[in-house]
Amino acid sequence: MTIANRDRFLDNLAANLGRNRRTEGVERPKWSVQPQYDVFAGYSPDQLVDELEKICTVIHTDLKQTNQAELPEILKETITSYGGKQVVAASGNRNKQYGLDVLYDSLAKDGVHVHLWNETKGKENQVVAEKADVGITFSDVTLAESGTVVLFHDQYNGRSISLLPRTYIAIIPKSTIVARMTQATKQIHEAAVAGHDVSSCVSFITGPSNSADIEMKLIVGVHGPVKATYIVVEDA
Amino acid sequence: MSIKISDKPYESRVEEGLENDFMRQAVASAQGRFRDGRQAQADELGNWEDWRTLGAEIRTHTIENLDYYLQQLSDNVSKRGGNVFFAQTAEEANAYIQSIIKEKNAKKVVKSKSMVTEEIGLNQALADVGADVVESDLGEWILQLDDDQPSHIVTPALHKNKEQIRKTFAEKRGYTKSDKPEELGLFAREQLRKEFLSADIGITGCNFAVAESGAVTFVTNEGNARMVTSLPDTQITVMGMERIVPTWEELDVLVSLLTRAAVGQKLTSYVTSITGTKLAGESDGPEEYHLVIVDNGRSKILGTEFQSALHCIRCAACINVCPVYRQVGGHAYGSIYPGPIGAVLTPLLDGYEDHKELPYASSLCGACTEVCPVKIPLHEQLIRHRQIIVEQEHKTPVAERAMMKGFAKWASTPAAYKISAAAARPALKPWSKHEKITNGPGPLKNWTNTRNFPAPSKQTFRSWFKERAKGGASK
Repeated sequence: MTIANRDRFLDNLAANLGRNRRTEGVERPKWSVQPQYDVFAGYSPDQLVDELEKICTVIHTDLKQTNQAELPEILKETITSYGGKQVVAASGNRNKQYGLDVLYDSLAKDGVHVHLWNETKGKENQVVAEKADVGITFSDVTLAESGTVVLFHDQYNGRSISLLPRTYIAIIPKSTIVARMTQATKQIHEAAVAGHDVSSCVSFITGPSNSADIEMKLIVGVHGPVKATYIVVEDA
Repeated sequence: MSIKISDKPYESRVEEGLENDFMRQAVASAQGRFRDGRQAQADELGNWEDWRTLGAEIRTHTIENLDYYLQQLSDNVSKRGGNVFFAQTAEEANAYIQSIIKEKNAKKVVKSKSMVTEEIGLNQALADVGADVVESDLGEWILQLDDDQPSHIVTPALHKNKEQIRKTFAEKRGYTKSDKPEELGLFAREQLRKEFLSADIGITGCNFAVAESGAVTFVTNEGNARMVTSLPDTQITVMGMERIVPTWEELDVLVSLLTRAAVGQKLTSYVTSITGTKLAGESDGPEEYHLVIVDNGRSKILGTEFQSALHCIRCAACINVCPVYRQVGGHAYGSIYPGPIGAVLTPLLDGYEDHKELPYASSLCGACTEVCPVKIPLHEQLIRHRQIIVEQEHKTPVAERAMMKGFAKWASTPAAYKISAAAARPALKPWSKHEKITNGPGPLKNWTNTRNFPAPSKQTFRSWFKERAKGGASK
């Protein structure tokens, strides 16, 4: 695709910096400190879950813990508690692996309609998501320090699922939990260095949407979901 | 709008700020909340100084190699299906964006909060080509409905109270409910949802671009930037040229510093990184993507003693601790960038002529420098600005220059000095009380409006010195 006016613009920068243009050979220096690696260093998976649980109270998010066998029941319970009649969920292998395909089929008899994100249906997915009560995705990486689920969006996990419905449920395989953003961005950096394309959209989602724009009073639920639940699942 | 938001003189802007009791109370309480939040996060980490050191090192390296990283960024955006336009000036940026609007025959543009688009006056440029522009950040939307200006770079509608907001919603959008923030927020959600779904083009600013992969990152709590980048078919990102990091590893550090320093959160609700156009099979995201990289005066700062002002990550921590901002509020600065960083940056970007007072809007207490997450020596740069204004630009007020000239003449004429020094005390007697002048006449008035001036002493130095020589002085 086109790049306009680049040389004029960058030559001017180099001139103002008092040197020739640098087009190659720039290396990041070795930083004198790396405090980001100190956070929760050496924590066990259980300790990380404890930290995640603590921060969830701060970010207005419910946290539930379960195992694979009981996940469908817990998920169903959560959908019901959110008054979920219309549900939109990410598609992909993990639904089958975690027994959710069976759950989603069975919910129809309770009057709950589940739309699985379908890459052949284009904008229709958005229309459904906009009307949905509940959006459900798996977390790809989970950050214990901030209570964040990281989603690598793709054709199976549209950006709208975690954004447009009134409520949001993230299923967090315990093995995805890391200390903080550092471990997630390191993973993306290493993939980029290895020549892999980064997702067209990476979302770091921390609880429901909120705003303090009116008199600094917290309003939970602005453009995105009004409520959020994380379900941590033992997967080891 | 452009960087300059008012044609009123500095003194009247300050006066308006000082007289607005609600605003001053709101600013004071917001400053307290932000400051405590930032401090709590810093304390919890326990090694905040190391984080600041790392932030400063990353920013220094990146800006020193800005040409290299912008080249890498533009190559990577292009590889991922995006167009990149380098704009030297606000006019070039606006003209390019206008050309996209026309080509797409776009009727509605939805925006997420962005300081750089305010700086270049993009909304006016969009309106000029007939596009309906909707600001989607709650605070910005309130200001847009009311045709008002931002007073803080993180919470732009800080100067408005909920009753004023209720009234605006009622008058402009037929709102019928109460002034409870939750109800006001819910109404905005419903109204703006329609706008997101019907917009042809989405425009955002950029918190940080990542050179190594061509990603641009938005930090929000409301989720509006996610809406703007997920729903419309065409997406335009406008970034100030310095808003870039080398790799995802540095993105981590700077986002962590930004959310803590800005609002005392470990991360905001949404940190969203998008790269180019949507990929095969994806339903969400743009089919067409443009990245506009804006200079608009920034390159003039490179290579100067003010270069580190370009390290700013727009967290507003300096604004939130500034005792001057606390008293006068954001509008008094007359710039979209208020507070200490605004007082440093505005004269650099827009010249001293219209902004020569800003470097004086500081008590030089240094609180700004102390909290800056990337260690910009803000108060030192303010002093440098003052030196330049006095020594090179000769932009001190006319009265001050006349007075200094007069003083020089008077003090170098022994007879005149002797007579008037002796006459000063009786002459100023009517305004003196307890050896202080609190409401001085003429040129003294500007001084005594804000602080006391000592009354001339009973004995002049010369007569004291004479007496001392004779051995008569007490000490």
